[in-house]
Amino acid sequence: MANENDWDLIIEPKNKWYQLDIAALWKYKDLLMLLVRRDFVAVYKQTILGPVWFFIQPIITTITFTIIFSNIANISTNDVPPLLFYLSGITLWTYFADCLNKTSNTFVANAAVFGKVYFPRLIVPLSVLVSNLIKLAIQLCLFIACWIYYLLESNTLSPNYSYLVLFPFLILIMAGLGLGFGILISSLTTKYRDFTFLVGFGVQLLMYASPIVYPLSIVPDKYKWIVLANPVSSVIETFKYIFLGEGLFNWFYLGYSFVFMVVIIIIGMLSFSRVEKSFMDTV
Amino acid sequence: MSQTVIKVENLGKQYHLGQVGTGTMMHDVNRWWFKIRGKEDPYLKIGDVNDRATKGDSEYVWSLRDINFEVKQGEVLGIIGKNGAGKSTLLKILSRVTNPTVGNVKIKGRVASLLEVGTGFHPELTGRENIFLNGAILGMSKQEIRSKFDEMLDFSGVERYIDTPVKRYSSGMYVRLAFAVAAHLEPEILIVDEVLAVGDAEFQKKCLGKMKDVSGQGRTVLFVSHQLGMINYLCTRGIVLSKGSIVFEGGARESTETYLKSVYEQHNTKTNIAFSANESLPVQILSCRIMNKQNQETLNFDVFENVYLEMEYIVRQKVNSINLSWVIEKNGEFITCSFDTDNSPELLEERKPGIYKVKTFIPAPIKGGRYNISSVGVGIANVESLSVERSLFTFDVEESSYDPTYKSYSINRGGYMVSNVKWEITDFKELK
Repeated sequence: MANENDWDLIIEPKNKWYQLDIAALWKYKDLLMLLVRRDFVAVYKQTILGPVWFFIQPIITTITFTIIFSNIANISTNDVPPLLFYLSGITLWTYFADCLNKTSNTFVANAAVFGKVYFPRLIVPLSVLVSNLIKLAIQLCLFIACWIYYLLESNTLSPNYSYLVLFPFLILIMAGLGLGFGILISSLTTKYRDFTFLVGFGVQLLMYASPIVYPLSIVPDKYKWIVLANPVSSVIETFKYIFLGEGLFNWFYLGYSFVFMVVIIIIGMLSFSRVEKSFMDTV
Repeated sequence: MSQTVIKVENLGKQYHLGQVGTGTMMHDVNRWWFKIRGKEDPYLKIGDVNDRATKGDSEYVWSLRDINFEVKQGEVLGIIGKNGAGKSTLLKILSRVTNPTVGNVKIKGRVASLLEVGTGFHPELTGRENIFLNGAILGMSKQEIRSKFDEMLDFSGVERYIDTPVKRYSSGMYVRLAFAVAAHLEPEILIVDEVLAVGDAEFQKKCLGKMKDVSGQGRTVLFVSHQLGMINYLCTRGIVLSKGSIVFEGGARESTETYLKSVYEQHNTKTNIAFSANESLPVQILSCRIMNKQNQETLNFDVFENVYLEMEYIVRQKVNSINLSWVIEKNGEFITCSFDTDNSPELLEERKPGIYKVKTFIPAPIKGGRYNISSVGVGIANVESLSVERSLFTFDVEESSYDPTYKSYSINRGGYMVSNVKWEITDFKELK
């Protein structure tokens, strides 16, 4: 007979300062994959074009940006074909923005399920990360196709192939930033919904503080720090540096983004674990 | 000696009433201010007992307070209580959906909770896809679900529609599918809220059987239900919650009886009830009396005494096929019912407007114990029920007059009413 004091689970008012139960998360890995599958299957059911929508979104946005920012506003793209310039920024930005937007309402959107059954709540934001990663992979194919086309057609591109190894690292930072901000906001919104309003236009504003519709090099020096303080900027610049040969590559700024990501994830996790046990009472 | 698998100690849960807004923030700030000075949360000390009907002074309310109990392995514990007694809060804490405010729960073994069937079902996904999703949400691995998939499908009986999105399902099919997943969970501890109340009778029976199997395999079950008969049938022990505290702990049958006693206490001294008139009803019962053969109002009867009921009802408009009824229950279990006209076509004639008085009876012999006239109603046969009054009289039957040698009338023989029918010998051959 097992020891009487050998409990598997102790339910207490508050979590220990921080306990991330990796083992429990791992046990629910099947749920994560099923949630990813659900996201894909459910979103495009009863649509005619189905997954083609993955391409339509970035294409239309790119064309709009090209017309407005390049043709009308005449913002330079530093000799890079405007289409490719915008597409590269949009592809990466969309991943970050989608991760943030969708994880930021984790508690509110899943209240019905969370109120009835327990599983590690972190599974839901993680599944968002994974399903958006798949979407990113599909959209990257579009980018790569355009990129190869311009590579063969014009000689304005000078990719830095040797830095290609950094690419997964860039995705990691973007995912981390999206998750960190997302779960932080989601924990803040359980009790006070004020932050929900912030996320909507905050993400949009942040886009203009990132070098997506303009290259960093044309930003006047006195405003440059604003753009560089945004942890997303150096990731997008590095991405452009690798594929387009345009943009700023600097270990210091990239390191800053990475440290920023680690810090925001820690803060996000802390607030998430504080909230996850009691949010049902306040949501 | 089986070991303790759930141990609940000093458990309490406080809720904040009203809306979350700026005022809540002031409390949060205040709470934080107490905390950094190393003082106890000021709002934990206050709070009313959870009584929904009376308006309290405090914004905080204790939904559960000072709950202590243990559950041993293999026990089936029924949790009984009125609405708002804290049953669901207790189950929510045990299934980790919400946290307690004070106290703790210690659990040994894998827990699965069924506070709802079909949690996480997505309407766009097919039955098959939802089985996997729902199973995973309840804590099963993909491998586990795959190995039980055929069994689940068989249990649900919706094989034909398995590849159709569940939004096309009838509500019955939906529940069947959902319960099929839930029924195949194999946790060491199962926590079940009132989920069996859905589905048709045949399916309910199937689910009950399945749950009985579950408890028979040495697994521990915690079960909440309003259907006391179900508690009696399934549970080995019970606890009764009232206003957030445990008021009784013991065997299942004693628990349901204690609970019923508290429910009927408000009613059980009454021998006649008058109902307030509702002019919008075409037919309505105005009053009801319970009495013995001598027309004396009483709540005490003998085994061989008929229990008479007198009802006064008003017909405001001319209505066809009026049908009166009564229902009698014991320990929450339905015993029998009777209708005044719904037996043969000639009884279903038209009734003119006016006030009618009828007398009927519950036929003796009725075995000893406490019974409840759980409802009387009036309606139109096979069409609708117009007015139903619930929980009327509680009467006791004493085993005073019968000769104990004749065990037919003993409660130990099972059943509640006795059918005195003739046993005729139709053939006899003498042994050589």
